[in-house]
Order: sequence, then structure tokens, then C-alpha cells
Amino acid sequence: MSPEIVQLIAEATLDTLWMVAVATAIATLLGVPLGVFLATSGRGELFALPAVNRIVGLVVNATRSTPFIILVVAIIPFTRLIAGTSIGTKAAIVPLTIAAIPFIARLVETAVREVDQGLVEAARAMGASPLQIVRKVLLPEAVPAIALSLTLAVVSMIGYSAMVGAVGGGGLGDLGIRYGYQRFMPDVMAAVVIVLIVLVQGVQTIGDTLARRLNKRLRHN
Amino acid sequence: MNMPLRADLADVREVPVAKADDLDRAMVRLEAVSKTFAARRGGGAVTALDHIDLAVAPGSVLGVIGRSGAGKSTLIRLVNGLERPSAGRIWVDGTDIAALGERELRQVRRSIGMIFQHFNLLSSRTAYGNIALPLEIAGVGRAEIKARVEPLLELVGLADKRDRYPAELSGGQKQRVGIARALATRPKVLLSDEATSALDPETTQSILDLLGTINRELGLTILLITHEMSVIRRIAKEVAVIDGGRIVERGDVYDIFTRPGHATTQSFLGGASGRAVPAGLAARLGPDRAAGSEAVVRVVFRGTLAAGAVVSSLSRELHADVKILSGAIDEVAGRPFGTLLIGLPSSDRHLAPALAYFAERGLDTEVLGYVA
Repeated sequence: MSPEIVQLIAEATLDTLWMVAVATAIATLLGVPLGVFLATSGRGELFALPAVNRIVGLVVNATRSTPFIILVVAIIPFTRLIAGTSIGTKAAIVPLTIAAIPFIARLVETAVREVDQGLVEAARAMGASPLQIVRKVLLPEAVPAIALSLTLAVVSMIGYSAMVGAVGGGGLGDLGIRYGYQRFMPDVMAAVVIVLIVLVQGVQTIGDTLARRLNKRLRHN
Repeated sequence: MNMPLRADLADVREVPVAKADDLDRAMVRLEAVSKTFAARRGGGAVTALDHIDLAVAPGSVLGVIGRSGAGKSTLIRLVNGLERPSAGRIWVDGTDIAALGERELRQVRRSIGMIFQHFNLLSSRTAYGNIALPLEIAGVGRAEIKARVEPLLELVGLADKRDRYPAELSGGQKQRVGIARALATRPKVLLSDEATSALDPETTQSILDLLGTINRELGLTILLITHEMSVIRRIAKEVAVIDGGRIVERGDVYDIFTRPGHATTQSFLGGASGRAVPAGLAARLGPDRAAGSEAVVRVVFRGTLAAGAVVSSLSRELHADVKILSGAIDEVAGRPFGTLLIGLPSSDRHLAPALAYFAERGLDTEVLGYVA
């Protein structure tokens, strides 16, 4: 492999990491509150708003059931509005974020619902407001599960980021398509796949370790 | 020696659970409280509580005992407003709980501590952090929190476990954290929801001892629910027996223990304090008083330990053998209480005078049956 190609792979890896990092950060910022809302707004729950809950749930499901590649194309006007362009790394962040928000929201919802209802009752008995229950009980208790959820989200986003390469999104996927596929360079294709595998492995290991550290339900001495 | 004791007993028996003029200064009072849960799909409405009247005097310990599903969990949750009554009124320290809005209710809940069967501690917080939680919720400052939590850790004997997470504590230690947490906001009332039901007998005792100490030293009013008579007997002064959403019997713990009136109470007492008939004897016991058969009589000694002497003098008086079949002497609410199963000839010449003999001495008797 020529030094130019190695340079290209290194740049593409950085592009992928950048896209995934920014998209994950924004999606987490929006997805966590959305997930908490989904977990607490059902009938008879802390912020009982069953109608809004159902509508939000529908939107989340609709976004999640749209194939990512179609989502990327479908929201091009929106992407232009936000990023000023529809190609390149910057533009790819928009559909990645849009796809990640409902994904993270559902994962966070599950994590929050797993929190023992007895803790909610105890907090209510102490005179906690619904907001205090979320801040002091539900979120801290769900943190280990949320850490695992975010790991899963990042891994999925690495995969998605490769897919935006197909529509000129930049990053490893873009490199694999243009050099590996269109120019018949199997060694580049193989290198891209290996880098992706290493990235996913790394993220999973970091996530697992973090979740284990955060989980105080396990004894560790 | 027996006479003053018995006079003392008579006094106690005449005190009702709550006198009319006591009601106004009761710490917790329920008046004609009912709770009905709305019908679910495919089922009818469920009445969990039906016209409950209850009063807990300041500084006292009232135990509510009932089977699961009797409505006792609902009862205790009405007191801090976790459940709203369908009818009736609930006062805690003079405040009508049922009339409060959610925001005011939150304030009142801070003066009511609660402990739970499964402790309900946050796994993400240390012992210290868990005890601090209600204070954080109440908006207490950091320095003040520290000043309050440290003595509480001391009080429940967990000063050395300050920075341990619940996963690193035993069941008893977790409940101690739960108790300290319930005391953090300096409540006037402590609600105990089956607090010892998940603990082994030895740990149960130490937790009940701790609750007793808190009751005496801090003057805290305690309302506890349980399905175990042994818990009631160890800590409560008054007991209410709940069954099918109604209070079927209530009174002084000693009286209820030694003279249970309602069938539910009797079944709760079950094998307690020698009430159980030995299996071998129970198998032979029949309702027919055949000639030459022997009557099996249960004699209950309240506040006296002179059981043996009574039996031997009865034997002399009747000129017949009185057999002791089984017996137990126990202490309830700090007072002695014994049960004796005796066998004696069932003929009119013996049985009636024997029962009269016990009655004269203020002992309760019950003829359980006859053996051939």
C-alpha cells in the first residue's frame, strides 16, 4: 500500500470518528431527555401525559423504521438547511444524528423503566417532586444501563457512518466505496474493514469497562 | 404476690385503644376511611379498605397485622398520601392529609419517615449518600446534611460503613441505613412497611430493638404493619388486626395475645406461646364426652406464673389426677403469660368444679375436646 493510501485511510478514520462523536454527542443530549420522557409520561406515571407520550412514541417508531439509507436521501433539504451542503463529513452528521436520537431514546427508556419502582416510591415518600425523582433517583440508578446503551449506539453509528459514505458522506465508508469498490483496490477495502472492526472492538471494550465501573450493584474490592 | 398483679391487669384491660378525648391529640388518626380501586378491564372494583377507624397516640407504637391482601399496605400508604382515600379523613399531627394538594403533601411527607420491606436504597449511593437523599430533596445545605447524617450513622451503628454501597451491606445493615434515612428529616411519625419481613429472625430482633430504642429515646410515633405476630409482640403496645379490609379486633397487645377474640387473630397466634395442641393429642381429640373419657382443657395464665401450684392444688381438691399435657410460659409486652393444656376426668363430678376453680382464680379456660 502506498503512503498516500495509508494517509487516506488515516484521514478517513479521523473523519469517521469525528462524525460519530459529534452525532453521538448531539443525539445523547436530545435522546436522553426524550427517553426519560417516554419512560415517565405513560398513564399513571410521574409526568402522566398519555396522549403526548403516544404521539412521541409514534414519531420515534416512524424514524426508527425508516431504512437509514432512505432517511439520508429523504432529509437532504433539511441537511442543506442545517449544514449548508448535502455532501461531505459535515452533512453526514445530520442524518446520523436524526437516526441516533430515537435509537438512544428507546434504549434510555428501557434503562429508566428497569429502575426498581420501590425506589420511586421511597423518593415520593420523602416528599420528592417528579423532577427530583428523575434527577436524584431514575437517572443515577440508570447510569450503568445508559452507558451500555450509548456503547451500542456508538457501535451502530460507526456502521451507519460507513453507509453515508455511499452518498458522498466522507469517512471510512466513502473511502471503501470509492477506492476499494469503484477502483478495484481490494487491499484498501480490507484495510477499511479492519479499521472498522478495531474501532468497534475498542468502543465496546471501553463501554463495557465504564458500565462495570459505574455499576455499584456489583461488589468490587 | 398474685393479687396486685391481677389488679394491675384489670386496670389495663379497661383502657380502650384511644379514649374519646385522646382522639384530638392523636398523632395519626383515620376516620371512616375507605379505599376502593377502580375496576380494571374485565374485573369489578376492589374495596381494599372498608370504614377504617384508627388512632395512634403520640410516642406510641401501633402494630397492624394482617395477611397479604388484607389491605394493610394500602392502609399505611394512606397515611403519607401515597394513596388517596375514596372516603373518610386522615389526620397526621393535626393536618388533614386527604385535603392536601400534591405540593403541600410533599411538605408533609418530609415529617413522615417510611421504611420498607426491601429497603429501597439507591444502589448508586453509599450509605452516607442514601441517608443524605431526603435532606437533599428538602433542600438542606451540604454542611447541615453532614452534621445530620454522621450522628445518624452513629445511631444505627454503621459509622464504619459510611462509604459502603448497598451491595456491600447485609440485609440488616441495609435496613439500618433505611431507618437512618427515614429519620434524617426528623419526622414525627415513622411508617414501617413489613420492615423485617425480608430478614432472618436474629436480624429481625436487632432491627426491632433499634426501632424500640428510637421510639423511646426520640419519642417517635411508630405505625407498623406486619404479618408476623412475633414482631407485634416484640415492639408494639397496641395492635389492630385487619382482615378483608376491616379492622376485626384491636387493643392492648397483651390482652389480644392472651385473649384473642376473632378467628383471624387466633389463626395469627397459631402456635405462639403453647397455644398449639400437640399433633398426637389433636388426632385423638373428639367432641364426644363419653363416659370415662378425659377432658382436655386449655388454661391461660395472665400476669402470673403460679401455674404449677394451681394444678397441684386442683388435683388435691378434686381427688383426681390432673395431667399436664403441654404448656409454655412466655412473656408478652414485658408481662408473663402462660398456657397449659391439662387432662382431667370429664365426668360432671370433676369437670364443672375444675372449671369453677379456675374461674374463681381469674384464669381463662377452654374445653378443647375429649379423649377416650
